Amino acid sequence: MCKLRKYIEPTVVTGWKAYDENPYNESYNPSGVIQMGLAENQVSFDVLEEYLEKHSEATNWGNKSCGFRENALFQDYHGLLSFRKAMASFMEQIRGGRVKFSPERLVITAGATAANELLTFILADPGDALLIPTPYYPGFDRDLRWRTGVKIVPIKCDSSNNFEITPESLEAAYNEAVSMNIKVRGVLITNPSNPLGSTIKRSVLEEILEFVTRKNIHLISDEIYSGSAFSCTEFVSISEVLEARGYLEAERVHVVYSLSKDLGLPGFRVGTIYSYNDKVVTTARRMSSFTLISSQTQQLLASMLSDKEFTQNYIKINRERLRKRYEMIIDGLRRAGIECLKGNAGLFCWMNLSNLLEKHTKEHELDLWKTIVHEVKLNISPGSSCHCSEPGWFRVCFANMSERTLEVALRRIHDFMEKRSLIV
Amino acid sequence: MAIEIEKPAVGLSKVAVSDTHGEYSPYFAGWKAYDENPYDELWNSSGVIQMGLAENQVSFDLLEQYLEKHSEATNWGNRTSGFRDNALFQDYHGLQSFRKAMASFMEQIRGGRAKFNPDRIVITAGATAANELLTFILADPGDALLIPTPYYPGFDRDLRWRTGVKIVPVHCDSSNNFEITPQALDAAYNEAESHNIKVKGVLITNPSNPLGATIKRSTLEEILEFVTRKNIHLVSDEIYSGSTFSGEEFVSVAEVLEARDYKESDRVHIVYSLSKDLGLPGFRVGTIYSYNDKVVTTARRMSSFTLISSQTQQLLASMLSDRTFTENYIKTNRERLKKRHQMIIDGLKNSGIECLKGNAGLFCWMNLSPLLEEPTKESELTLWKSMLHEVKLNISPGSSCHCSDPGWFRVCFANMSEQTLQVALTRIHNFMDRRKAMKSSPDFSSY
Repeated sequence: MCKLRKYIEPTVVTGWKAYDENPYNESYNPSGVIQMGLAENQVSFDVLEEYLEKHSEATNWGNKSCGFRENALFQDYHGLLSFRKAMASFMEQIRGGRVKFSPERLVITAGATAANELLTFILADPGDALLIPTPYYPGFDRDLRWRTGVKIVPIKCDSSNNFEITPESLEAAYNEAVSMNIKVRGVLITNPSNPLGSTIKRSVLEEILEFVTRKNIHLISDEIYSGSAFSCTEFVSISEVLEARGYLEAERVHVVYSLSKDLGLPGFRVGTIYSYNDKVVTTARRMSSFTLISSQTQQLLASMLSDKEFTQNYIKINRERLRKRYEMIIDGLRRAGIECLKGNAGLFCWMNLSNLLEKHTKEHELDLWKTIVHEVKLNISPGSSCHCSEPGWFRVCFANMSERTLEVALRRIHDFMEKRSLIV
Repeated sequence: MAIEIEKPAVGLSKVAVSDTHGEYSPYFAGWKAYDENPYDELWNSSGVIQMGLAENQVSFDLLEQYLEKHSEATNWGNRTSGFRDNALFQDYHGLQSFRKAMASFMEQIRGGRAKFNPDRIVITAGATAANELLTFILADPGDALLIPTPYYPGFDRDLRWRTGVKIVPVHCDSSNNFEITPQALDAAYNEAESHNIKVKGVLITNPSNPLGATIKRSTLEEILEFVTRKNIHLVSDEIYSGSTFSGEEFVSVAEVLEARDYKESDRVHIVYSLSKDLGLPGFRVGTIYSYNDKVVTTARRMSSFTLISSQTQQLLASMLSDRTFTENYIKTNRERLKKRHQMIIDGLKNSGIECLKGNAGLFCWMNLSPLLEEPTKESELTLWKSMLHEVKLNISPGSSCHCSDPGWFRVCFANMSEQTLQVALTRIHNFMDRRKAMKSSPDFSSY
């Protein structure tokens, strides 16, 4: 077998195992492990189900006899035009209509996992590097490096300035790569950020754009949480920054999107690449042959996302509900004496337990994490699994459970903190 | 106005700028001619008829009937958690109900002569993804897979582009009906060795594309003996297994393994898909079935880049676990393909054209070598252009399939109505008549 390295993060596996062996269930297993390590959006399914109930034609090809056949035969790597139009429109609505997307620049992939890997194959050679701000989504270690042979060099961010990306940290990462004789091909940012749960400021986006332009490298902006910003105005997309400058230097910019988070449809494998670079669009399209979206699913989503009444309502309600959940968890944690990074997006909060650490080391963070998994029975994600340079931070998901379950989790944390203060 | 200074454009990778995507071959040029002037019975009866696309359109009514009777297959039934559970399901193991249904369907296609364990099935978005995934797993960049010629032109991209793996052809020719021989296998292996290229496996397509014929049991045994001797892998792409014209003619490598108690089976991997047998290429339903535990585990992890939509898995779990449906479908689909095949073979024979004896697939392997001015690839391409621009039929030239004998063409017959096939046969007949007439006229240098 060929030489492949394993990229399965051990803590992720351990946490999952603990959950799988003893999963919380409100009725059957109220003392089980609560899964708070899975960034899923379960708060708005009813809105989707309502749509499906009213629009059976979205899933049964209507009454046209050629509806099913045409759809079943459609394997064109351009993707269904109706689907691309609907996606482009949805992406515009998420950005409050502040920017336009051309359906001709949309490339379809089976999920954002595929989109990110595909872009890496296209923008970098084996041995080259992408710069990624820490802390970052643990899946990137596999998605961007495994089959591509491309390296990740971290752009170190820390709590001294709320983990913001700075020009100094960008330069430092670039120089680190150069010192190791590694060619840097691009920067990949996630905006809104996973695991921070916050959007990147416009001024920072402009600094990043200036940096990649100066170095003549690419910029990938993974915006899969864009529809999960708690308010429409807080999220600034890289596409808005480009539009404001007349799309100057746009051909180095590529946006990744997916419906796995905003719409809660990870099973349907719906990802896209939106590139301002013609060659990248053409090549990505050809390469997407290895990872196309089922035409059956494209059809369903073309129907759903072209319904403006549905989408506007969905976007609004989803935002409100996520914001409500976020406030609930922040308040609950605060009452337990725990602070989080100020967040405004996403399905998780970035919790600071550094003052609970005996020593500020990764090992002590992992000890604390094991306690939380096995004693408090909450599977949360330790910052070290996200390559956070500061020990003691944890990502805690809040949208993949009912409000009641979240309350149970908060109570457990409260009790845990009480016991700790007594001991200390 | 300031003079603009030429800045170097931001660069792309070597993979991105290479031509290994293969879109400059005649296989794709024919598509262009068709796209610009597509045949339509009513609106464009003199347009180009697409005979270069291996699609199965003969059995859609059976699928449509099923869907009409089983709305729960596409609307998640009345359970409120049906939609949610399905939409959230992104486990790379794939839906168990789907894997069970696929395993059962694969068994039925093989007449129950081999068993398939659902836990060995890995799901991928199409066979295109499955073949590439196996290549990543079984070989390193610079290594090679041996593939019998002629082969599906897509392999050049699918197996080589991102993987950096090479293809070394196992040359087969018309002297023995293009059968794979031990000598041809050894010759290919030695050729690779002489170039210092490490061979990691053999990939066969059974039934064969473009030959439209199944591989004999004895040949499969020889191939298995060869890969065992060389200690390399065997990938058997069986995506046309449900499109054999009779139930008994197809022997799967799974049956050969079963007959020998699965000895040495951890070097064998089967690829399957619903794109051909069920005519559902748009739904992206592919699978890898491996007898090697490590390959199953690794392929499963790698399938994260190319999973099947859980919505589609659900539909197919429902459809393929319905034995009344599957048994009827397999039987009817075979009969109809056999009928189409008979129709095209007879029609070509009436025009004085012979084909390789076929028993499977959506195409026939047509011999036009007597028409070539010279037995060369260039003559073949000249003839192909005539077929495309004068006869207005897009067929696939053997050279695009790396066939070493010039003059052979793959002609698809299942992606159109019977009427359209009739029109195509008439055009070929007229073309051949014209050729005969010109040949017998004193001044035939004008052709």
